[in-house]
Amino acid sequence: MFEDEHVFELRQVSVFLENRPGVLADATRTLASAEVNLRAAMIAETERFGILRVITDSPAAAVAALESAGFRTKLTDVVGVEVPDHAGGLAELLDVFEGSSVSIEYLYAELAGRLGRALLIMKLTPRDEALKLLREASLY
Amino acid sequence: MWNDGVQTLPVAELRRLQAERLRAQVRRLYERVPFYTQRLDAAGVRPDDIETLDDIARLPFTSKGDMREVFPFGLLAVDRSEIVEAHMSSGTTGKPVVDAYTRGDLELWGDVMGRTLDMGGVGASDIVQVAYGYGLFTGGFGAHYGGQALGAMVLPVSSGNTHRQLDTLVDFGTTALCCTPSYALYIAEYAAKHGVDAAALPLRVGFFGAEPWSLEMRADIERRLGIKAFDIYGLTEIIGPGVGAECPGQDGLHIFEDHFYPEIVDPDSGRPLPDGERGELVLTTLTREGTPVLRYRTRDITYLMPEPCACGRTSRRIHRLMGRTDDMLIVRGVNVFPQQIEQVLLRVADVEPHYRIIVDRDGSMDTLTVEVEMSESLFSDDLGDVLALEREIERELHAETGIQARCVLVNPQTIERSEGKAKRVFDRRKVTTHV
Repeated sequence: MFEDEHVFELRQVSVFLENRPGVLADATRTLASAEVNLRAAMIAETERFGILRVITDSPAAAVAALESAGFRTKLTDVVGVEVPDHAGGLAELLDVFEGSSVSIEYLYAELAGRLGRALLIMKLTPRDEALKLLREASLY
Repeated sequence: MWNDGVQTLPVAELRRLQAERLRAQVRRLYERVPFYTQRLDAAGVRPDDIETLDDIARLPFTSKGDMREVFPFGLLAVDRSEIVEAHMSSGTTGKPVVDAYTRGDLELWGDVMGRTLDMGGVGASDIVQVAYGYGLFTGGFGAHYGGQALGAMVLPVSSGNTHRQLDTLVDFGTTALCCTPSYALYIAEYAAKHGVDAAALPLRVGFFGAEPWSLEMRADIERRLGIKAFDIYGLTEIIGPGVGAECPGQDGLHIFEDHFYPEIVDPDSGRPLPDGERGELVLTTLTREGTPVLRYRTRDITYLMPEPCACGRTSRRIHRLMGRTDDMLIVRGVNVFPQQIEQVLLRVADVEPHYRIIVDRDGSMDTLTVEVEMSESLFSDDLGDVLALEREIERELHAETGIQARCVLVNPQTIERSEGKAKRVFDRRKVTTHV
């Protein structure tokens, strides 16, 4: 990621998690043995199953490792956005979509942001409109 | 048509032939097989009492249990020296059942399996890959003799070793495949996984049996392998495969009834039912020499279709099997057949039929759970979509069976793949009720 950029187009790996103890540990162990580094992760769950969503340095390697270990995966286009590092930063960011047709399906944060930067991972629809608005905004 | 003289015999002549064969068979069994002497005596029936085909209802039934009791040679109707080959059932649920063949029986087997493969146009120029197991199981040898009777080239690959199975399909340019339907699907899956376009191979026809399969599963196999798939029927207790098969019309399976006489009876009372009424299929071997059997209770549920068939064969057809009296699950007092569940899964979501059915008891309440593997086409990053899918399957299961069932989506490859008969039903109530 470049220092002067604040918006990133990312490919997220979504993993189906059946409702079984240890299934999450299995998935993360699989990623670890494939030497895939997790940059961001979140779990969405219902009482019946869950979906693990991860941003990695190599989505293709993550998918290959998980599928061969018996997981069902899907690649999803998401957006990474740097949040201005001051009080109200997230509110300012979300204000960008005010009055547009963009909706936020979910968002989660990077695991280890560098000092002074916090990256949010967002599933936004429609994505192209969202990217345009984010790139045109002067948040930083 | 292979052996068309017999297959297109006018119905009245066919009935005359059957009656004649039945009389001779009953007499022979009464004289030569102590088991049947006792049975007929106990039922108060003399061989002379059997004159017409309707008189068959006076004969006692033979059950799988009966055949196990006399294991291994109690049903031999010839001297043991006349037997040239024997097969037996797997015996997974008890003692196995033995099928012993004379030379004449093997010829018969080749003839009826020849008729089976001929349904799909197999002839001398075909290459028939037999992926049924060879061994004591009847599948492999039955298909083998049928292919040879037609003069085809038979490749006895046997079951398993899917990689070699696929290599052989490709290298030999196999045109006809014989195996269980679940193994056919497994081969298709294996081919796709290894980058082989199975639909583009010379393979054009398949003969699948030995386990229940739905029309949707047939469509799936036909699409993935690029073939026409025929349903075939048989059982070790009668001869193995070759009791009946679908003709190209694929509306029911012709029973080769000049050799295997079919009846439908009420599974509870044993009372014969008229053609067209659903019940348990009962078969009598009219010409077998080694181990003939009278009125064998197959436990297969179907009905007889007496209507003339466009293919010209005059034998009656049975409807595709609708379940087994012993597979039938009774859940909260309702009869449920595994096939109904498979049909729902394929209809709702184009789900590959990797599923299992678990019946359990929660307190005094039966529970029905259907575990379905998450497939590529079903998985969505959206929780709501996945939840909606589970609910739709549950709704459709309820509409089809009348039972509130629970659908649980599970990870791929968690449900055991089968190279033989697929075990899909796990009834855990049986364990708890006997403790």
